[in-house]
Amino acid sequence: MVVLQVIVGGLLLGAIYALFSSGLTLIWGMMNFINFAHGEFVMLGMYVAFLVVVWIGGGPAIFTLTAAFALLLLGIAIYLSLIRHVIRGPMLAQILSTFGLALFLRYTAFYLFSANFVSLPQTWLGGTVNLGGIYLPVAQLVGGVLAIVLTLALHVLLTRTVMGSRLLAVAEDRAAAMLMGIRPDRMQMLAWGLSAGAAGIAGALMATAYPWSPSVGETFGLIAFVVVALGGFGSVIGSLYAGLIIGLIQAISAFWLGAIYKDIVVYGLFVALLWFRPQGLMGKA
Amino acid sequence: MNKLFFPRLAIVLLAAALLAYPLVLSGAFYRDVGVAFLLAAISASAWNIVGGYAGQVSVGHSMFFGLGAYTPLLFYTLWGWPPMAGIPAAIVLSIGLSLLIGMPTFRLTGHYFSMATIAVAELIRIFTGTWDFVGAAIGLQGPAIARGWWDLTFRSELPYYYLFLVVLAFLLAVTSFIERRRFGFYLRAIKASERAARSLGVPVRRTKMQALALSAAFTSVAGSLYVIKTGFIDPDSGFGILISVQMVIIAALGGAGTLFGPLVGALILIPLQSATNTWFGGGGSGLTYILYGGIIVLIARFEPGGLFDLWNRLVSRFRSSKAFRAPPYELRNR
Repeated sequence: MVVLQVIVGGLLLGAIYALFSSGLTLIWGMMNFINFAHGEFVMLGMYVAFLVVVWIGGGPAIFTLTAAFALLLLGIAIYLSLIRHVIRGPMLAQILSTFGLALFLRYTAFYLFSANFVSLPQTWLGGTVNLGGIYLPVAQLVGGVLAIVLTLALHVLLTRTVMGSRLLAVAEDRAAAMLMGIRPDRMQMLAWGLSAGAAGIAGALMATAYPWSPSVGETFGLIAFVVVALGGFGSVIGSLYAGLIIGLIQAISAFWLGAIYKDIVVYGLFVALLWFRPQGLMGKA
Repeated sequence: MNKLFFPRLAIVLLAAALLAYPLVLSGAFYRDVGVAFLLAAISASAWNIVGGYAGQVSVGHSMFFGLGAYTPLLFYTLWGWPPMAGIPAAIVLSIGLSLLIGMPTFRLTGHYFSMATIAVAELIRIFTGTWDFVGAAIGLQGPAIARGWWDLTFRSELPYYYLFLVVLAFLLAVTSFIERRRFGFYLRAIKASERAARSLGVPVRRTKMQALALSAAFTSVAGSLYVIKTGFIDPDSGFGILISVQMVIIAALGGAGTLFGPLVGALILIPLQSATNTWFGGGGSGLTYILYGGIIVLIARFEPGGLFDLWNRLVSRFRSSKAFRAPPYELRNR
């Protein structure tokens, strides 16, 4: 029964990994660009939720939506002021831009919120439920399920709607999309908004269930790399499967090997993937 | 007058200034800053070989630095060897690690390499922190009192300063040698366009691999020098991400892919860092990294060629518009 509890807990956390990683994979698929600050977006989502609770006393619905919206705007602002310019520049500028951004956001958070761990006060999502002998915190359950729904929604948005077709058209061939009357710049801006927004929601959902500090951004950023590498660069549905798998592997290795080894196992898996299957599970390249 | 007269004069003056510096400004603070400057310049110049010249941006070079720092102290702890004796082993280990990373990722685009370097550095950092054999989270300690000159444990900063200066001079000589050889042209061709370089017969993967191995070897030496001076290492000061960050920012600030770029970057950043640490006390380190992040973003956005590139453009503008004017960075280095 304990094992089953570990498995379900891992899958629920993995669902949230899937949600924020789908944002990273979207940017990669759209413009062959790795956002090194993606984990920091998740971390910012958590602090936005925290501030909403502390200042306004809003409930889960309010702070999740606020986090999503705030990060969506941040993503668009970063695209317009930074990414749009460096994407035409050399490789060095592309990598340095988001890498520097990650440092800037991480240490600003350290400066503003200190390195101490914080957690949200109890909300109506507090308490646990008993599902056939497995005890789960309600916040974890709601967060995990919501994350799966949202990741699937992003997948549907990309594959079944006109907007998604436009996004994919730009990803496929920028010039051809432009000839079809699609504005690539606007689509890429939208992708950055969606990507950062997904990270923001994921952060807010995680904030309800787990304590955090400014340093989690680095960890989540690396986890997102692993998920995206496993799921295949550019595949949202791949990142859903991969997120669940990574969450599961983490939970199991933490249970059997000890909590400090869970990240070692996951990063080791990443290196192994780069060696043996760089295109990931669902990737084609 | 020879066209090379002024550049050569500048190099001679720079060398003279570096040689005289600790003798002229002999206060403990100035010597500390001087040693830190040389160490930063060595690490950044080592990074520059693969990150600057070859354009393969590693953001996890701390893995080589940490190997260079841990190996000498591990040998000392196990067998009481002088730390110096661990340097060759550290170099071999670093080259081995560089092969392990380069082999799979150099088949893919540059982003994979960057992601792999950051993940492997982090993997090693966490693993070192849990491994009792290398002191886990506490780290390793070197000889506290010198048993002889071969321990290289001096009370004065002066011997370290000149030792580091010799290593830096050697590294710059090697880099300048490479710059003018076929290998150097291969590197710049790969940076400009990998596909074009391959179509012209450049052995792309092998060249990138060699550049990474060379860079790893020198970065490892920088780590060894660091630990010989401080006599202490732990996971964060060896493998921490900020070690990698410092190499990247210094090289990029001065000018990645130029011989003296890392030197210029270190000349600006290390005194700045010492100053912020003194002004803001212990709490200043956080502000320093906010500043670092901000500087990196600004370089990437406005001056990806670094200060060297900016200088060259200003000079060519000054020399009249009819003569050669350097095209903007993007056109030359895409």
